Amino acid sequence: MFQETIAPVGKRTMILNMGPQHPSTHGVLHLILELDGETILKATADIGFLHTGIEKTCEAKTYHQAITLTERIDYLCPLTNNLCYVLAVEKLLGLEPPSRAQWMRVMLNELTRIGSHLVWLGTHANDIGATTVLLYCFREREEILNLFEAVSGQRMMTSYFRVGGLALEPPAGFLKRVEKVMATFPDHIDEYEELLTRNRIWMARTKSVGILTKEDALDFAVSGPTARASGIDWDLRRDNPYSSYDKFSFRVPLRAEGDIYARYIVRMEEMRESLKIVRQALEGMPEGPIQVNAPAVVLPQGDNRKTEMEALIQQFKIVIDGFCVPPGEVYQAVESPRGEMGYYIVSDGTAHPYRVKVRSPSFANLQALPRLAEGRLLSDLVACIGSIDIVLGEIDR
Amino acid sequence: MIPPEVAATPDAATLTELAPTSIVDAKLELGELTLVIDPGQILTVCEILKARRGYAYLSDVTAVDWHPSEPRFEVVYHLFCHERKQPLRLKCRLGGDQPSIASVVPVWGAANWCEREVFDLFGIRFAGHPHLRRLLMPIDWEGHPLCKDYPVTGYR
Repeated sequence: MFQETIAPVGKRTMILNMGPQHPSTHGVLHLILELDGETILKATADIGFLHTGIEKTCEAKTYHQAITLTERIDYLCPLTNNLCYVLAVEKLLGLEPPSRAQWMRVMLNELTRIGSHLVWLGTHANDIGATTVLLYCFREREEILNLFEAVSGQRMMTSYFRVGGLALEPPAGFLKRVEKVMATFPDHIDEYEELLTRNRIWMARTKSVGILTKEDALDFAVSGPTARASGIDWDLRRDNPYSSYDKFSFRVPLRAEGDIYARYIVRMEEMRESLKIVRQALEGMPEGPIQVNAPAVVLPQGDNRKTEMEALIQQFKIVIDGFCVPPGEVYQAVESPRGEMGYYIVSDGTAHPYRVKVRSPSFANLQALPRLAEGRLLSDLVACIGSIDIVLGEIDR
Repeated sequence: MIPPEVAATPDAATLTELAPTSIVDAKLELGELTLVIDPGQILTVCEILKARRGYAYLSDVTAVDWHPSEPRFEVVYHLFCHERKQPLRLKCRLGGDQPSIASVVPVWGAANWCEREVFDLFGIRFAGHPHLRRLLMPIDWEGHPLCKDYPVTGYR
């Protein structure tokens, strides 16, 4: 079945299947490895085990219903997927959500980024053999998930961003709670760095291992922290600001080495930058409505439905028929924890999206994996997979 | 017919100069530039755009099925230039009978999986692709699920 991908070589080599079930592949990834002893001559990734047909299902749903599908694409950053999708639909509709909604979106997205990086750090360190870090990371991630639960009622699949704004007004005292949790985070990140950054075993396993050159990164359309560790100075939050990211000041960490250690450093610094953004959002959170004034699109809020017949009718119409979106097409990209997450939505003027294409960062980043691993030892492959931070649900969609 | 606001863009100007017949249609909507390219010249156009306009990064290749109208398929390319922070969308319209187009893998390595995915889900063939086979669906799957004449519930 995979004969055509494996070139015949003169000496005796071994074909090894790694996965689909393997604890270090972070999901259901199948790698076909051609080995000479312990050296990887050729690595071929075989994906599709988690293909759920989300793009096809979206075509059968209304624009609002599809929000719940988008977050199931990537279980580590559901809110980033929500954001990208609703931004694309809002662009088609010509809506601009109020600034309070935009700032809340930024704040929650940065919390998502920290949470996602924590899972990456924990599992990546665990793969390499530093088990302790995993426990610490999940302990802190729990705090972030509790915040999501407080604001939306759900820990992971929040569906908190809606077309035109947010689903609910955040509960009283929510910002205080975020502030309290965030105040502890700099110490936590110091703690992880203390365990790893100068750790000799960690450095031996990651420095000069799994090098991705800048040229290869561009050729394979690698984005996000993986690209920034290879010297590509590009972050959509800064270079193509959306949802008022231009009102925040933050630094984009950059490294030129392109090895696993560089990717580690970039993500650790990104967490600190995300903390800065959250702090700015807490300090400057604007007051005002959380939804744009567009009765045909946004569900009526509060007690209107109990006292006004029109609001009740509107509620029924939006829930049952959905809202129509003018014909057109749009490509909206946001910076997810893994890189450029893009939604390409084609509308034919009805209440159902005609086509939804998800450009997922892991899909492109995984294509570069053979460049990282070929010529290295088998044990380095595990470190390489961890370092590009893939989510298989997002690759297969 | 190329609208004047598109013809004024440097990307369109470069293409009209180096491949005069390549642009068959164009639009600038919601601030996004779309050039509809003659499918026979897609490889040339991509080479020109990469070499002359700095589009070194291919975000995505996908397709849209307009069944039952003809031309049925649109293959959509999303390009990006990091230096100018400029996105660009290319489109090629293909007929529904044995749709095929030249592969752009020689220009961007990233196109490899994207084109395999489009082949898998739409049945569009990419001539010159190094190993065009299914990517997401099982290798013995019948049909192409993202086509509009393929039921959401599948055939069962």
